[in-house]
Amino acid sequence: MSAEAHHAEPGFFRKYLFSTDHKMIAMQYLFTGMIMAVIGGYLAYVFRMQLAYPSQQVPGYGVVSPNEYNSLVTMHGTIMIFWVAMPVLLAAFGNFLIPLMIGCDDMAFPRINRLSYQVFFLSAVVLLASFLVQGGAFGGAWTSYPPLSAKGAYNLTPVGASMWLVAVALEFVAFLLGGINFVVTTMNGRAPGMKMYDIPIVVWMIVLATIMFMFSVGPLIAGAVMLLFDQLLGTGFYDPGRGGDPLLWQHLFWFFGHPEVYVVLLPALGIVAEVVAVFARKKLFGYKTILHTAWAVWVLSFVVWAHHQFVAGIDPRMANVFSITTLLISIPLAEMVFVYIATLYGGSIRLATPMLWALAFMAEFLIGGVTGIFLGASGTDIYFHDTYFVVAHFHYTFVPIAIIAVFAGLTYWYPKMFGRMLNETLGKIHFWGSIITFNVIFIPLFITGTAGDQRRIYSYAQFAEQARPALQHLRVVSTLALLVFIAFQLIFVFNFLWSLRHGQRAEANPWMANTLEWTVPSPPPHGNFADMPTVYRGPYEYATPGRREDFWPQNVPN
Amino acid sequence: MSSKPIATSRSAAGLPTARLVTWWVIASEIFIFGGLLASYVMHRLGHPEWAAQAAHTHTWAGALNTFVLLTSSLFAVLAHKAADSGDGARAARFLRLTALGGTTFLCIKAFEWTHEIEAGFVLSSGGFWSFYYTAAGLHGLHVLAGVIIMLFFAADAARNEELQRVECIGIYWHFVDIIWIFLFPLLYIAR
Repeated sequence: MSAEAHHAEPGFFRKYLFSTDHKMIAMQYLFTGMIMAVIGGYLAYVFRMQLAYPSQQVPGYGVVSPNEYNSLVTMHGTIMIFWVAMPVLLAAFGNFLIPLMIGCDDMAFPRINRLSYQVFFLSAVVLLASFLVQGGAFGGAWTSYPPLSAKGAYNLTPVGASMWLVAVALEFVAFLLGGINFVVTTMNGRAPGMKMYDIPIVVWMIVLATIMFMFSVGPLIAGAVMLLFDQLLGTGFYDPGRGGDPLLWQHLFWFFGHPEVYVVLLPALGIVAEVVAVFARKKLFGYKTILHTAWAVWVLSFVVWAHHQFVAGIDPRMANVFSITTLLISIPLAEMVFVYIATLYGGSIRLATPMLWALAFMAEFLIGGVTGIFLGASGTDIYFHDTYFVVAHFHYTFVPIAIIAVFAGLTYWYPKMFGRMLNETLGKIHFWGSIITFNVIFIPLFITGTAGDQRRIYSYAQFAEQARPALQHLRVVSTLALLVFIAFQLIFVFNFLWSLRHGQRAEANPWMANTLEWTVPSPPPHGNFADMPTVYRGPYEYATPGRREDFWPQNVPN
Repeated sequence: MSSKPIATSRSAAGLPTARLVTWWVIASEIFIFGGLLASYVMHRLGHPEWAAQAAHTHTWAGALNTFVLLTSSLFAVLAHKAADSGDGARAARFLRLTALGGTTFLCIKAFEWTHEIEAGFVLSSGGFWSFYYTAAGLHGLHVLAGVIIMLFFAADAARNEELQRVECIGIYWHFVDIIWIFLFPLLYIAR
């Protein structure tokens, strides 16, 4: 078969629906993730309206019933983590960037890659279909703790609970298929000359995150099968009355669930590293330090999970151990942020939209990290547990990861993905509108949480002793800020769609970056590289003394 | 799509891509079985009374199955040896013998489970039985998958195609074997 035939453009059907091209699969993951984000955002809108204006008509939804409220919060959490953060950060960026950045034509196993997306799509269909079954979508919280999740009589969504488990399990299968592909492609498919320390940080991070996912998710897959059996086949794995133990699920879930935070955090940190180096026009400070700290996070992330069980019943001596490991893990992460700040120091900083998002990531994630210390220390956690303080803390880590860093990456790679530039003015309006409202949503929740507001409460009508009417205005402020936040996202959607057709045409390397994806046309053709590249240096050689240009692409001999 | 991307044929890590991916699959499988078996062991330690339930398993059937599975692994090694020397037909023959071993394993398992179910021990009969059927069932699914994949690879190997796959399915088969080596004492012998 000749080279031309291999790189021929496939027909419509093959190109868009059953493509094995890593770039098209990345787009499928990206757009599925974005649609799911709209759904997840809509759910948040509905239950925040219920919290601000209890039992009133929610425009575009109706009156929220208690059961529906449980389904709404459960599905919001589930969708945003498993069907937005994971597909966009890992699968979309991983699929798009890995082959382009390491200089090869596709993933090592393109058809397994396609299967990965198909299984993922199926999982999304199962999840969304659960809204339509009797009892509605699962309402036992995104952590699905038994016995609540194990018995339909408790969670009142017997069908939804099992569909939730099946959907999550399918999603894990999809990411195992895709993830193994990522790791093998990066290990084996690199361009000649690209040594371990020449791999761009974002690729390293995605691969480390993938391996972390593979190793942490295994026990939960086993646990999910056990929970499904408890639901459907009458076993008692998690039933204390029959020799089981509900705490077992909490251990299996969080042995995955906590590393999962870092599974999505590492790619986000990788995106920020790329953007910071390019827009500071300076060599990334401490490439190896970043890698070593990422490895430290990787190892520590497996020994922090029980900080979620401080209240559930854990030997106090173990609580001390897990407090210490949890506080320890903040050290490498803080170090990483310091390294990024050191990259900024003395650079000639360009405040384009991607850079704004990257800088905002550092500032906002910092707040998430600092408030995490109160929850990692077992003493304070006993007070804060299950309050809105946890909700606010969690969103101060996850919004920077799944929203802010994703916008940094999307605005940065948009020209490469679609061959057009985004509008800068609209980008900046969207940026400031989102960042300000994001803080206004969640700072009030720190306050209500500190005052003792419990999460997962549908309405204070039934819990008059917890109502704290003096705090209601903060709950309203949070909801109103969410409305404004959502409104500002429309600007992004408009910018995204409008620029697809009318944006200024992007040249191959509009940001003057060094990594290999910028050496091919925008968007890259099928097969990526006309001539397979050879790599001569690391990815961050900016402002090298003695060179006329301030960047030095990886594939240029000298 | 008969042509493979350049990415598939590169080996920057110094290992053939097929073998590399097999090891990663096994690595992720270890954590699935690891989580299940760790849960089981913790429960066994906390429930000494489960030993009474475990006493009803047929140790001789488990022992026979261990023998069958280990023998089939020997054929997998011989298939790999044949594939290495380029003899696809011979490799296919040994692969089919391995698959026969796997099928025998499943038949013995079916016989065993029929007896247990007839005696009234089902998935929901108690903590031990839940773990017993789940762990052995998950392992059985891996045996079944291995047999099916192996028959496909044997058909390829018989035409002297994709001989590198013979080694990969062999590695996987040894892994399935090792899982059983853990399951047999934990589910049958420990009382």
